Amino acid sequence: MDDLVERFLAGERRALARVISRVENGTTEGRDYVRALFPHSGKAHIVGITGGAGSGKSTLTGALASEYRRREKTVGIVAVDPSSPFTRGAILGDRIRMQDVALDPGVYMRSMAGRGALGGLAPSIADVVAVMDAFGFDYVLIETIGAGQDEVEIAGTAMTTILVNNPGTGDDIQALKAGIIEIADVLVVNKADHPGADVLVSQLQALLALSPAGQRRPPIVKTTATKGEGLEKLVDAIADHYRFLEESGGLEAHRKSVARHQMLDITRQIVLERIQRATSEDEIARLVAQVAAREMDPHSAAELLAAHALP
Amino acid sequence: MSTATAQIRVLIAKPGLDGHDRGAKVVARALRDGGCEVIYTGIRQTPEMIAEAALQEDVDVVGLSILSGAHLELFPRVVDELKKRGVDDVLLFCGGIIPEEDTKALEGLGFKAIFRPGTNTQDIVKFVYENVKK
Ligand code: B12
Ligand SMILES: Nc1nc2c(ncn2[C@@H]2O[C@H](COP(=O)(O)OP(=O)(O)OP(=O)(O)O)[C@@H](O)[C@H]2O)c(=O)[nH]1
Ligand SMILES: [Mg+2]
Repeated sequence: MDDLVERFLAGERRALARVISRVENGTTEGRDYVRALFPHSGKAHIVGITGGAGSGKSTLTGALASEYRRREKTVGIVAVDPSSPFTRGAILGDRIRMQDVALDPGVYMRSMAGRGALGGLAPSIADVVAVMDAFGFDYVLIETIGAGQDEVEIAGTAMTTILVNNPGTGDDIQALKAGIIEIADVLVVNKADHPGADVLVSQLQALLALSPAGQRRPPIVKTTATKGEGLEKLVDAIADHYRFLEESGGLEAHRKSVARHQMLDITRQIVLERIQRATSEDEIARLVAQVAAREMDPHSAAELLAAHALP
Repeated sequence: MSTATAQIRVLIAKPGLDGHDRGAKVVARALRDGGCEVIYTGIRQTPEMIAEAALQEDVDVVGLSILSGAHLELFPRVVDELKKRGVDDVLLFCGGIIPEEDTKALEGLGFKAIFRPGTNTQDIVKFVYENVKK
């Protein structure tokens, strides 16, 4: 490895940017950076911002960062946008809505392409978040793709998940009923300057009233992200949730669940890579043909392949 | 075979008060369709904002789009701000309404190509793949 880790630990932003690229690309080299930097992580409050496309996630993330800066906290932001499944290219436009903090030395913002991940997060997001955490930001904000119901994965990565809703869209309530509401630690009604914000708030309250007794009810915060309104309340609600996690033992449980998830994920990847290294394309093609012709079932074929990874 | 992936990352930026953004968007889309990850920051970017975005996003390529005629005033400042931040290894290029007589000056600043109105976007994608330092 080069002097990148040293420069990173000295607080050099360009080193952070470089490390993220290498980690994101999932190379062996990238893994070595995670190995070196992981011990420095574990201090940031990681907050996920999710919600429908165009609900104002980026604007809200930018406004949130501004509010944290007013409170003299530093902020790292990762915003994920979708990749084209056909060309693997992407247009990453979340920066457009975060101009107020574009030149703030206490804010680092990084756009990330989904690179084909399901669940609204990019494959290496956990590694990238760990690296940002290690850099020493007080808060790491993750903006997801906003695919709606597939967003449950974010709850696994973030300590506090904010679900952004808008008045007058109606379909939000449908999505909420379908189960996504369970992932929310804080509910935001953004675009509160539009008509119907109070109606949505009471609909959400009614929905929350149905949740089992004794379960924590997420607070509902009204915001107008474009004007920075409601952001103080939102920051307070996020802090309240952190305190709740600390007191209920949820923080420790969260750390363990992330660790388990990440470890098993990487294990799966290592095993898959070993199999791929030990297997020729010919062999795969032969097995594929046999399964397609119903001469073998897919489970037996997979077991044959997996045997390559075992000593 | 490895699951690792590296895509070319490109920043498309519009410096100054120029509001003509069609060309920048067309170029961004063409590069996306060509398999690049394109960071588009919108109009009204200061040279500082462009350089800061290039640094934070760790892009391989910076493309400036300008139709206002202010390129000789703004582009040197963008190059300065990039240098100030140590971002000295990106592929720089540009496009828009840029008179032929300014070509030499821009080349001197480090711009490797200038694409003018009527350019086929396929040529732009091809240029990026052939010149990117990866
Ligand atoms: C459409 C247009 C407008 C639209 C813009 C809409 C929009 N949102 O973009 C409107 C009506 C708003 C407009 C307004 C004005 N306009 Co006007 N406009 C044009 C016009 C007719 C076409 C521009 C265009 O969209 N072309 C289509 C796109 C796809 O092509 P392109 O931008 O050239 O991009 C291609 C290449 O140049 C290149 N490219 C461009 N950028 C980049 C970047 C990179 C990295 C790369 C690799 C390539 C690349 O690739 C693209 C694909 O081929 C041009 C004349 C012309 N023929 O160019 C005048 C023109 C640009 N406008 C002009 C002027 C003066 C104005 C106004 C000042 C008029 C006024 N007095 O109010 C205002 C200023 C507005 C502002 N805020 O900046 C002048 C500029 C003169 C100059 N530079 O010396 C022009 C040249 C007209 C003229 N002949 O006088 N305009
Ligand atoms: N009126 C109003 N508009 C808002 C508010 N917040 C965001 N917007 C606008 O909503 C649009 C989408 O905002 P973004 O922040 O890009 O939304 P997003 O959820 O990040 O969008 P994607 O990342 O594309 O899914 C923009 O035009 C914003 O200006 C708000 O509080 N009030
Ligand atoms: Mg967004």
